[in-house]
Amino acid sequence: MMKALAREGRWIAISLGITFAVLVLSILALRQNPLTVFGLLAERLLLKPYGLGQMLYKATTLIFTGLGCALAFRCGLFNIGAEGQLYAGAFLMAVVAPHLPLPMILLIPACLAIAALGGGLWGLVPGWLKAKRGAHEVITTMMMNFIALALTNYLISAHFHEPETIHTAELPVAAYLPQLPMESSAVNASLFVAIALAFAVHYFLWSTPLGFELRAVGSNPTAAKTSGVPVDMRIFLILVLSGCLSGLAGINFILGYKHYFEQGFASGAGFMGIAVALVAKNYPIGVIFSALLFAFLSQAGLTVQSVIPRELFEILQGLVILVVVICQNKYGGAE
Amino acid sequence: MSGLAVELRGIVKRYPRVVANDGVDLSVESGTIHALIGENGAGKSTLMKILYGMVRPDEGTLSINGKPADFSGPRDAIIAGIGMVHQHFMLVKPLSVAENVVLGSEPGASAVGTWDQDGAKAEVARLSKEYGVKVESSAVVETLSVGEEQRVEILKVLYRGAKILILDEPTAVLTPHECDELFKTLKGLRAAGSTILFISHKLKEVMSLCDAATVMRRGKTVGTKKISETSQNELAQMMIGDLEIKEKAAVPYRGEASEVLRLENVSVRGPRDELALKGVSLSLKAGEVLGVAGVEGNGQRELAEVVCGLSAAAEGRVTRGGRVGYVPEDRHHAGLMLAAAAWENMLLGRHWEPVFSTPFRLQRGAIAGYGRKIIADYDLRPPELEQEAGAFSGGNQQKIIVGREVSKDPKILVAAHPTRGVDWGASALIHQKILETKAAGAGVLLISADLDEVLSLSDRIIVLFSGRVMGEVARADAKIEKLGCWMAGVSGT
Repeated sequence: MMKALAREGRWIAISLGITFAVLVLSILALRQNPLTVFGLLAERLLLKPYGLGQMLYKATTLIFTGLGCALAFRCGLFNIGAEGQLYAGAFLMAVVAPHLPLPMILLIPACLAIAALGGGLWGLVPGWLKAKRGAHEVITTMMMNFIALALTNYLISAHFHEPETIHTAELPVAAYLPQLPMESSAVNASLFVAIALAFAVHYFLWSTPLGFELRAVGSNPTAAKTSGVPVDMRIFLILVLSGCLSGLAGINFILGYKHYFEQGFASGAGFMGIAVALVAKNYPIGVIFSALLFAFLSQAGLTVQSVIPRELFEILQGLVILVVVICQNKYGGAE
Repeated sequence: MSGLAVELRGIVKRYPRVVANDGVDLSVESGTIHALIGENGAGKSTLMKILYGMVRPDEGTLSINGKPADFSGPRDAIIAGIGMVHQHFMLVKPLSVAENVVLGSEPGASAVGTWDQDGAKAEVARLSKEYGVKVESSAVVETLSVGEEQRVEILKVLYRGAKILILDEPTAVLTPHECDELFKTLKGLRAAGSTILFISHKLKEVMSLCDAATVMRRGKTVGTKKISETSQNELAQMMIGDLEIKEKAAVPYRGEASEVLRLENVSVRGPRDELALKGVSLSLKAGEVLGVAGVEGNGQRELAEVVCGLSAAAEGRVTRGGRVGYVPEDRHHAGLMLAAAAWENMLLGRHWEPVFSTPFRLQRGAIAGYGRKIIADYDLRPPELEQEAGAFSGGNQQKIIVGREVSKDPKILVAAHPTRGVDWGASALIHQKILETKAAGAGVLLISADLDEVLSLSDRIIVLFSGRVMGEVARADAKIEKLGCWMAGVSGT
């Protein structure tokens, strides 16, 4: 695996180099001094606790959804339903948690479990359809996204919103995850949960027999089946686990920041998870760095929008994905 | 003999991980059948792709009929009079022979898409007669036998004016009788002035058909011999180098010959829901190799899968006496994870065994030890557990699969075409391992289209035709002619 990592790493480096070159050229084309822009970025984003904290906050959500996507992609399933799974998990947690009279030490794990359960339920439907009916997961997970968004919107406005607001009731204080001391930024202990989860997923995939089996299903389902792996059951499991990971993404906003579910709070983090996983080449540890990159680009646009249009950084996010996809490594060889 | 039809000098082709051709020279006299032989991965295919313009060499020169050539694609090669008869036929089944032959260069084609169908038929009939390639030009391709389909492929090449024909392992898919027919056809082509490059690793065929043979090994040409001045043993020695050919002495099984597998009237549905296996009954004993001969597509795959429990029997009963090891016929599709490391491929299917894992942890040490044992026992090259399966040669890929399945200590080993497309050295090793498995008391079901293989390893032989067992015979009583008849669906005695 280390060899494969080194090979992939080289391509990632090349991709990032190209993206950086485009950034510099674009800044020049906008008649700005790249050094000034980079100075601003360093000063306001990387060296300032608030800027850095906001970036880490954004990265946290992306790590969860990135892990959800990476797990599915690594196992051969193109689950693009992280967005819906995120909302399903977050919503379920937000409406159930206020009714749980538990102390902090139990409430927080319970919240995590409920969020994972909600996301898992949203992955369960496409998983079942794929395993039993062969329905393609791209279609079904995509449709589940629409359903999750519309359904949570409806349920909140019809039943669960607090008067005069568009969000649910606040969670009990016992469910709060502590903020990290980085000025008033939103970054909170969810970051550590996300990082720990990345290592856990890595361990699961590469060091447990079940993880090995799921990767085998991704590598060659026919060979896996021939070797006695119950492939249909495993496809089901992969989509459920992938949904659980994305379902957890909501804890960053809900347990760590605003403490309630609000319509559209994730602003596309589920879809960004796809990009995060692609750039990470579906390596769970890579997801941490890939999420940081996308969080940086997103926050950078806000930080320097006085001199450079924010859209430039959004374009760069798209460009990174394109370049990484183009630079796919393929092994050549004779015959 | 009039000069050289093909002359390749100092051909070098490098790929990122291997040098496929490393200074290859090849001279083929006009009007001869010239064999190109060598193990898989010796660079034969690459060399032929270069000659056919599909691959550009990094170094070296080509000349065709004495004229230097530089092909930028197969189109150039076709113009120069070179034709390739592919191993996998590329025919449109519902169309007629004539339509298939002219497809892409129809005579009298007009802008609105009409073309001279009668002219095409006449032209194909003329070619068929002139070169002695017998096939009815108005027949629909899907009604043809495999041998006839191959003749259509040859006609396609002749129609495009080829004088130099490349045939890539043309006998792999044929019955013995069809092979004889093919050889007649090829000899007829030679008599009509064509030059033929015959790629093979079946030395018997080469000895009986060809005028000369060039041997390749590890990307280099070892030498060229006139067939009249060489022997099968000499060619074999050149092919495998200093590696020793082990006698395939069958080790007798000394234990108690209990039954390990029984099929009673088993029928299995094929991919199109038809009955691909029809009421097959058989019994496999411990310490025995049961050879299943027959042309591919006569129910072999279904037989293998039902024995392994991968597909359900539509009728009848399968009784297994223990664990099944399975070497599937299509190793890329069903045997390997090409993008995964060698050790992962060796582990597949055994990953829950307590030796290799606890429920929450793979035992990397034990797995590596197991992998190194397979490397040593099977002479896996390169001996690297981390290398991706797809980066090994065909023979070494097959060693990974056989190593995995045999090391399971199966009670039943199903080996489907275990040495197809596998080089000589690896084949010998795989045969050895099959016999060792038998000696250890397993029953082996050896499914193969290669009669030599079936005859040299089996204790008993059955022949499958159209989903039925045509006949059964002990090896000692087996006659090639009779097996050939059974394979062609002729029961007789």
